[in-house]
Amino acid sequence: MKHLILGTALLALTAGMGAAQTVRLGTEGAYPPYNFIDDNGQVAGFERVLGDELCKRAELTCEWVTNDWDSIIPNLVSGNYDAIIAGMSITDERKQVVDFSENYTPPSPSAYMAKSADADIENGVIAAQTGTIQAAHIASTGATLLEFPSPDETVAAVQSDEADAVLADKDYLIPVVEESGGALVFVGDDLPLGGGIGMAFRKSDPELRGKFDAAIKSMKADGSLNNLIIEYLGEDSPHF
Amino acid sequence: MRPAIFSVCSDPSTLPQWQWFACYLTTGKHLAFYGSFGVVLLLLAITAPAALLFGFGAAASARSHFAPLSWLGKLYIAIVRGVPDIAFFLFFVIALDQGFEWLRHEIKCPDWDQPIRQGNDFVVCPAAKLPLGTAPQWVHETYGFFLAVLTFAIVFGAFAGNVLYGAMRAVPRPQIETAEAYGMSHRQAFWRILVPQMWVYALPGLSNLWMVLIKATPLLFLLGVEDIVYWARELGGSKTARFTDYPHGDWRMWYFLVLLVFYLVFTRLSEMVLTRIMRRLSHGQATAAGEAQRRSAGGPP
Amino acid sequence: MSCWQTVQDYGLRAIGIGERLLPRDDFTLCQQFTLIGSGMMWNIYFGLLALLAGFFLATALAVGKSSRHRLLRKPAEWFIFVFRGSPLFIQFFFAYFLFLSLKGVSPFFDAFTSAWLGALVVLFFNTAAYSGEIFYGALLSIPRGDLEAADAYGFTGWNKFRKITWPTMLRLAWPAYTNEAIFLFHATTLVFFSGFPARQQRGDALYYASYFADKTFNPFIPYPILAMYFILLTLTVVSVFGLINKRLNRHLPTERRRPLRIRPNLLR
Repeated sequence: MKHLILGTALLALTAGMGAAQTVRLGTEGAYPPYNFIDDNGQVAGFERVLGDELCKRAELTCEWVTNDWDSIIPNLVSGNYDAIIAGMSITDERKQVVDFSENYTPPSPSAYMAKSADADIENGVIAAQTGTIQAAHIASTGATLLEFPSPDETVAAVQSDEADAVLADKDYLIPVVEESGGALVFVGDDLPLGGGIGMAFRKSDPELRGKFDAAIKSMKADGSLNNLIIEYLGEDSPHF
Repeated sequence: MRPAIFSVCSDPSTLPQWQWFACYLTTGKHLAFYGSFGVVLLLLAITAPAALLFGFGAAASARSHFAPLSWLGKLYIAIVRGVPDIAFFLFFVIALDQGFEWLRHEIKCPDWDQPIRQGNDFVVCPAAKLPLGTAPQWVHETYGFFLAVLTFAIVFGAFAGNVLYGAMRAVPRPQIETAEAYGMSHRQAFWRILVPQMWVYALPGLSNLWMVLIKATPLLFLLGVEDIVYWARELGGSKTARFTDYPHGDWRMWYFLVLLVFYLVFTRLSEMVLTRIMRRLSHGQATAAGEAQRRSAGGPP
Repeated sequence: MSCWQTVQDYGLRAIGIGERLLPRDDFTLCQQFTLIGSGMMWNIYFGLLALLAGFFLATALAVGKSSRHRLLRKPAEWFIFVFRGSPLFIQFFFAYFLFLSLKGVSPFFDAFTSAWLGALVVLFFNTAAYSGEIFYGALLSIPRGDLEAADAYGFTGWNKFRKITWPTMLRLAWPAYTNEAIFLFHATTLVFFSGFPARQQRGDALYYASYFADKTFNPFIPYPILAMYFILLTLTVVSVFGLINKRLNRHLPTERRRPLRIRPNLLR
């Protein structure tokens, strides 16, 4: 399944950089606060700001492209864009296919969210997004996995009692819980699943990965990455 | 941030309901949604003639006296019809893209010494990439759209080929024999006698195909084009106030209701137009419909 | 792992029997054949049940549409128009979201948001509408002589319909109805791509084919396997319907028996 090119804005962040190379950044655009489509139809969120800043530091011209999650790696591999920056956790399974940059968030926990605190997360029906580390985790537990192609559908499934709970990145669920006014709560303990979030590159493209690695290092070093994390993901989200 | 269409839209949370909706329905996202209806119409406008062309090629080759060509035409028609179309849609876009890039790679970079499949990566030389890595976003979008059109044309070309093949056989045999008796070659008889006459036999099948084509357009969504299904899902999902000025619950049902109505109206209109054309074309034809028209007009039995 | 072992582990995976986890790496050809084949069970389940149930509703719709009573005719016409005039893909999406909101109204609708029931209902209505239109066309083309002969023999009402009208309608509609059946089986592949979530990674053949295509990044193996399975299924449907066609036409003199000509030329 191949989802090409869902257009978004060209963003020329680079004033006066004549020979800049155009790098296409692939994201999902459905995963606030990491990345989402704002009211104007543009990619927005933590990763938009981060990606723009990284491109500036690496002296690259970047373009944003959105792509469905379930085919986001195949489309990178077949060359429809050059990097994935879509809240993708670094895992061994994915490392066999793509190369990751340094993580740009520390390992952050996943969490269960449900309508009540006593929801059955051991043996109940748990919603998760197809092809995520959370879906893989549920498949290996005693719970019944209910797969949805996009993150907001997993939350909708809990609200409509399709699923007893949803398992997702905690940073994604925090705003949902806060906005629900008590209707949705976290259940159980947080799960440390991923090894932090990083950008993904084709294995045949170490040069580009090197550039972004350097840019991420420099943002870690001067503290601007931490500021971004606090601004977009909240005070409580782990930072460097 | 955004130069709002209506200046009152700067703080939607304070607006009365109808104004809220006026603002909500004119956000940049919604304008993109409306634009995607245009994408569907554009796809239809390009695909229909392209599929007809494919179908014509298939039907002509299926009729060919050269056996391998005839088998090829028949095989194409048979395989596409025997397999669910959605499988083709999922398959062809990757296969076509990789195929084109591979061809260009062979032509443009004969000295390239690295393998094309490196593990899971599909790597061709930069000059062979489609579109080129330096191309602006609209070229990428156009290329994606072009792949979608080509996929539609291949699939529906087989259906059209089937219709046209049947129509060619429906043209009375003596017509061709007479043409040959007058000394026309095969080719001449085909182009001058068969092709002009077959359309009236093909039209019912083709109009059916047109309706089918309309109803296949939501599959664009599976090809990754930002079409109406994509936007309906994106817009309909519930939104929290933190990420939008227009928070709302799960409205996907209503967005899909709009799509449903759009398609009902569209197919209904098409049906009406096609009936008219059919009535026009059968006028004076030696077919059952033409005969019925003649009778109802009070002609001699 | 031997291929036989794979078949034992994954042969019934689509209905939840066997290995819990899908294969994650070192994909073999055998795994792809087994899992995609296992998924075919869902395609056959949806297709067969929708076809069976749809057959009866289609007959009712055809009779309704040809009725002289407005109250019978209009609903049948609208039903057929709505389901034939819109894409099945959109119908699936809409139905799923509709069932979701109906669930809030009554617990009766709880099961409808699962693919096994919700998608089945949509397919059932959809095929009923398409077949209903086919049957309606056949009803209109029943030779007047046949009906007059029935009257002359004193057939009336239900008896006349059951013994004369209905069998003749079926006989005339059968070739087109065969296409509809093929087409319905193909349409079952849309289920897990249109709103209905897959539960415990139990999906239809296309679900597994696209799973492999996404994991191996190579569409050239799973989709042709899927195509092969569907060609087999299509051939089976054609031969079964061919047998029924023979039976329907058995009273006719040989030269008037029409062999079944298959033209699956539709798509929803």
